[in-house]
Amino acid sequence: MSLLQIKNLSVEFGSEKNPFRAVEGLDLSVDQGEIVGIVGESGSGKSVTMMAMMGLLEGQGRIVADELTFDGKNLLTISARERRKIVGKDIAMIFQDPMTSLNPSYTVGYQIMEVLKVHQGLRGAELRARALELMELVEIPAAKTRLEAYPHQLSGGMSQRVMIAVALACNPKLLIADEPTTALDVTIQAQIMDLLVNLQKERNMALLMITHDLAVIAEVAHRVAVMYAGQVAEEGSVPQLFRHPVHPYTQALLSSIPEHSKGARRLVTLPGIVPGQYDRPSGCLLSPRCPYAQERCRNERPGITAHEHGAVRCFYPLFEKKEAP
Amino acid sequence: MFFFILRRLGVLIPTFFGITLITFSLIRMIPGDPIEVMMGERSLDPALHAAAMKRLGLDQPLYIQYFDYIGNLFQGNLGASLKTQQSVWSEFTTLFPATLELALCALVFATVCGLLAGVVAAIKRGSIFDHGVMGISLTGFSMPIFWWGLILIMLFSVQLGWTPVSGRLDLAFDVQPQTGFMLIDAWRAEMADPEYNAGAFKDAVMHLILPAIVLGTIPLAVIARMTRSSMLEVLREDYVRTARAKGLSPARVIFIHTLRNALIPVLTVIGLQVGTLMGGAVLTETIFSWPGIGKWLIDAIGRRDYPVVQNGILIVATLVILTNFIVDILYGIANPRIRHAK
Repeated sequence: MSLLQIKNLSVEFGSEKNPFRAVEGLDLSVDQGEIVGIVGESGSGKSVTMMAMMGLLEGQGRIVADELTFDGKNLLTISARERRKIVGKDIAMIFQDPMTSLNPSYTVGYQIMEVLKVHQGLRGAELRARALELMELVEIPAAKTRLEAYPHQLSGGMSQRVMIAVALACNPKLLIADEPTTALDVTIQAQIMDLLVNLQKERNMALLMITHDLAVIAEVAHRVAVMYAGQVAEEGSVPQLFRHPVHPYTQALLSSIPEHSKGARRLVTLPGIVPGQYDRPSGCLLSPRCPYAQERCRNERPGITAHEHGAVRCFYPLFEKKEAP
Repeated sequence: MFFFILRRLGVLIPTFFGITLITFSLIRMIPGDPIEVMMGERSLDPALHAAAMKRLGLDQPLYIQYFDYIGNLFQGNLGASLKTQQSVWSEFTTLFPATLELALCALVFATVCGLLAGVVAAIKRGSIFDHGVMGISLTGFSMPIFWWGLILIMLFSVQLGWTPVSGRLDLAFDVQPQTGFMLIDAWRAEMADPEYNAGAFKDAVMHLILPAIVLGTIPLAVIARMTRSSMLEVLREDYVRTARAKGLSPARVIFIHTLRNALIPVLTVIGLQVGTLMGGAVLTETIFSWPGIGKWLIDAIGRRDYPVVQNGILIVATLVILTNFIVDILYGIANPRIRHAK
């Protein structure tokens, strides 16, 4: 059984009459010890999915799903109190901008110890020792003095390490990293990624990596889900999906990596933007931007269908490589 | 921290000169002079008037009078009231506890209710409670103090008879002023002579309630609105999301992670309200016949009692400045980013 199982998840915002579906019919499963990547453009619903699962939408979004279970517990029906026992303990999350994700009014030590106090009931010297241990685990130099530091005294990379320490405090089974390196310098990005991957291996926890950096996914993830406009467009194992993308969107995404257009005069791009609340097409959500779109694509919404190596949401998946017309 | 304090102190010096200049000139711009007001202008013999003015040094050119005033200030001499011949300082210290008691109670009332209303309004944003609180606080903020005071007296004192109309304590009690704070003095008197002074403390509280509410209304409105908007801003911060992602209880998220940061601007506003309280005390004390600094200053202006007006206002202004100064330091404690800026 999967550690995290999501089936047909939808998240709606706005009024009942005129809702905006940020996530629509999303299926996703994560096994223990697995690294799953979620990629997609801005506004494709990657973060909202995770926020919905963790109960961080604070009643702003309406969440509907056939199944939303973590470690055998149904996240749809448990009370807020029960959920708080899981969130921060068994499921932990780190965010995009570490500099603003730490509370400026409290020391780093306080913010690490807080989780330990709330979830594990540690006190006194034991609490301090464990916090120090975590700081050393995430390779923060001079950990002892840094316990008393305030977030504004740390660099972005250090702050993200602190966030990771907070997340790992209670040995989570699943760590969700929401674009953990986007706000960092390139050199620091590599360090943080290495740290995350090493910790994942060491502890055999599941890691859900949300990013729009395909290179990161190609390097670290086992499986990947490509999201577009709140739906999973394609899902599969990393080598397979990168070698033979079958969804037109995945193909476009991969060919827009600068390294792939060496020699070409212009960077390949997919024209248009992700549809918003008011310009959602009635057919396939990609149809206005898809070079292969046909009449059926403009009128009907494709469902997600499994194939040999994964799953794809397209009427005409590109099993043989075609050149864009 | 030391240099932080020193730098703030340096800014105060020009402020003090500004205050002396303004009070000195304003009180002299009001027509009439102390002698005229005392004697009545019709029956006053010009020769006597001139002699009295000379005796008080008021016949000198204005700039000489000003320099005399400043010179005295530098020697720590605040002068004496023209009417009572008592030193301004001793009159001030006698009356100040009454104002302080009133202002403190008003501030506590405003802060407690304002913070609570602001926090709840922010959490229940867009609800009836939110709109209600914001509507009422806008009304409270726009209400003239003297009118609001009279309305409350009409309703609670005259119609319902729940509270006394004016003063600090019923005449029936035998309470010796020891601390100057009526709540404390009445309590001690009641303890000392439980039979004769039975109910003195309760009577002091009843006298205090209405003026404290009237004086605290504007600060309450300001604090509630400021708390609400500050809370709403902080609730959107990434670190509040982090706090929730840590699985902390809603109470912890609100009070430890949100309110602590939201308090920073509110603290400044509370500090600024001390000025409003002093200004409001003048009106409130007049309406409720509260024997404090406000009433003292109003009477002194009426008598053209130059030393009392000049130095009384200077003392009050100094207190307001000092409070804001303390707030600045508290601000540094609440916000580590400011404390560390060298």
